[in-house]
Amino acid sequence: MVAIREISRPSASLNAMSTPAGPVLRVPPAVAGVNRDQDMSSHADAINARRMNFYYGENQVLFDVSLTVPERSVTALIGPSGCGKSTFLRTLNRMNDLIEGTRCTGELLVQGQNIMDPSVDVVLLRKHVGMVFQKSTPFPKSIFENVAYGPRVAGEKNRAVLAELVESCLRKAALWEEVRDRLNDSAMALSGGQQQRLCIARTLATNPQIILMDEPASALDPASTARIEDLIGELCSQYTIVIVTHNMQQASRVSHQTAFFFEGRLIEVGPTTRIFTSPAQKKTQDYITGRFG
Amino acid sequence: MPLSRKTASLFQRRSANGHEKVIWASLLSCALISILTTVGIIVVLLGNAVYSPGKSTAFFEEVSVWEFFTDTHWKPAERHSGTELSDSATGKPAGHFGILPLLSGTMMVALVGSMVGVPIGLGAAIYLSEYASPKERDVLKPVLEILAGIPTVVYGFFGLHFITPWILQPVLKHVFGIEIGVFNVTSAGIVVGIMVTPMIASLSEDVLRSVPRSLREAAYALGSTRFDVSMRVVVPAALSGILAAFLLAFSRAIGETMAVTIAGGHKIMLTANPLAEVQTMTAYMVHQSFGDNSASSIQYKSIYAVGLALFSMTLVINIASQWVLRRFREVYQ
Ligand SMILES: Nc1ncnc2c1ncn2[C@@H]1O[C@H](COP(=O)(O)OP(=O)(O)OP(=O)(O)O)[C@@H](O)[C@H]1O
Ligand SMILES: [Mg+2]
Repeated sequence: MVAIREISRPSASLNAMSTPAGPVLRVPPAVAGVNRDQDMSSHADAINARRMNFYYGENQVLFDVSLTVPERSVTALIGPSGCGKSTFLRTLNRMNDLIEGTRCTGELLVQGQNIMDPSVDVVLLRKHVGMVFQKSTPFPKSIFENVAYGPRVAGEKNRAVLAELVESCLRKAALWEEVRDRLNDSAMALSGGQQQRLCIARTLATNPQIILMDEPASALDPASTARIEDLIGELCSQYTIVIVTHNMQQASRVSHQTAFFFEGRLIEVGPTTRIFTSPAQKKTQDYITGRFG
Repeated sequence: MPLSRKTASLFQRRSANGHEKVIWASLLSCALISILTTVGIIVVLLGNAVYSPGKSTAFFEEVSVWEFFTDTHWKPAERHSGTELSDSATGKPAGHFGILPLLSGTMMVALVGSMVGVPIGLGAAIYLSEYASPKERDVLKPVLEILAGIPTVVYGFFGLHFITPWILQPVLKHVFGIEIGVFNVTSAGIVVGIMVTPMIASLSEDVLRSVPRSLREAAYALGSTRFDVSMRVVVPAALSGILAAFLLAFSRAIGETMAVTIAGGHKIMLTANPLAEVQTMTAYMVHQSFGDNSASSIQYKSIYAVGLALFSMTLVINIASQWVLRRFREVYQ
């Protein structure tokens, strides 16, 4: 077992064994726009989670999770399947409210406001904290109407305003050139990668401050994945991004900060370069070198 | 060779296979009975309406198809089979057999029924699928099924003795100053609407619920209220399936008989007035078959012509509904 892993990931495993304190993974260059060495201490906190516990019925899946996300940065959530990454991500826009019998305790500040407060309007919160899902979910409407959905729901009716907004969001999502001549075609006819960028454009159109992405590229081919990663690099100058990924290389390429989850607990969080070169925890090291999960 | 004989017996058919055959045959005949019934109905309809092989004549051998579809009067009582009372100028039997008055009656009742049943049924479906908690659904769905199980004759009297005298007549009289008769399209339409509501509700609920959850989540994540999600995403995504449900309900409304015979009335006339008394195609068939015309009379045979028209209409609508539904399924399955 170990032998096979050593063959498949020679550099990682060898590094890990020889010098546990030294670099455990060769960290690939970051995508353009992500400066991993940037000092984020001057950035205000976009998200501040304190001692969060989460339950599906009686089943507790998050234990005392505390995590701070600086504004205009990318945070990657990594960890083995079932460790609670998606659950944590979905508490950030109270998406879990939609699931019957869930319960969440702790304190969760988004831009300084406690969003766990019952008086919080989740509809407004979700405009502020957008979300992109693993499976692209275009509505069975035209490309234009998909992007215009959020503004329309928010009450925008002026066609010219909508058209301008749709164009700017499609441009930001690096999709405009591909679809500008067929905005009225069904979004279902786009390729998987295009659909996912459309979903990003659709999220941008609600003018969020924070964008949550749950494995946004895991169903895509390498070329489309690269486009999404580049896009994240472009977007992080304006938006705070939290991304769940199973791809270690991706996490290291696109994020400033990485948080490692294991069995519902946040094991370790820190600057991406440090997490991937000298993790403080043995579990983190085992995970990123591919020893489990 | 004893050995080979033994081997052969291993693979010999046993009595179990015989049982299998009996089961297979009886199940097959169950399936065939429904097909044969349909074929039988079509043969009887065609044999009396279009072409009769014996010495008796079929309806359309005496009345032209053109007259059937264009004449604006339906006055079967004035026409007698044979030539004794024929119009001397044309040699054709006198009287009128234009389906339009009956068709208009049927269509008006079905339209009023749809206007009642579609919004209520769709509203109920949206509530059940998007708003109701599992507990509420457990209570509401059986109630809908009870509503669907009430005999249609009960609905007929409900229209005649409740909707018309207690709701329609007072409202029209006091609000609009209009007096209407005991029998009218609107009452019949309302009860037909109530009758098709459970059907629309349960068929539409099925299609609404088959819209993937991921689509709803995506809509919520964009800052939608529950109402936005229902009306802007789920209903449009399920539109073709809902349309199929409407079509099936419309076809059911067209074929509805007892309630419209009781509440709609007997007057055969071409009208677009929803407050008028009308006779629908189905009601005509009931009246005529209880009348004292002999089975060989043209009046009696007209039942088959009307029946054939009715059958064709519902067949076309049901096929259309199947087609629409298939297109819906293609998108999500
Ligand atoms: N809707 C749900 N109802 C009940 N339990 C759930 C539900 N969703 C997730 N869980 C449980 O919560 C735990 C955490 O799941 P979660 O989806 O957050 O994991 P994850 O880290 O995102 O995994 P993956 O990498 O496979 O997406 C798992 O044990 C899972 O079985
Ligand atoms: Mg997940």
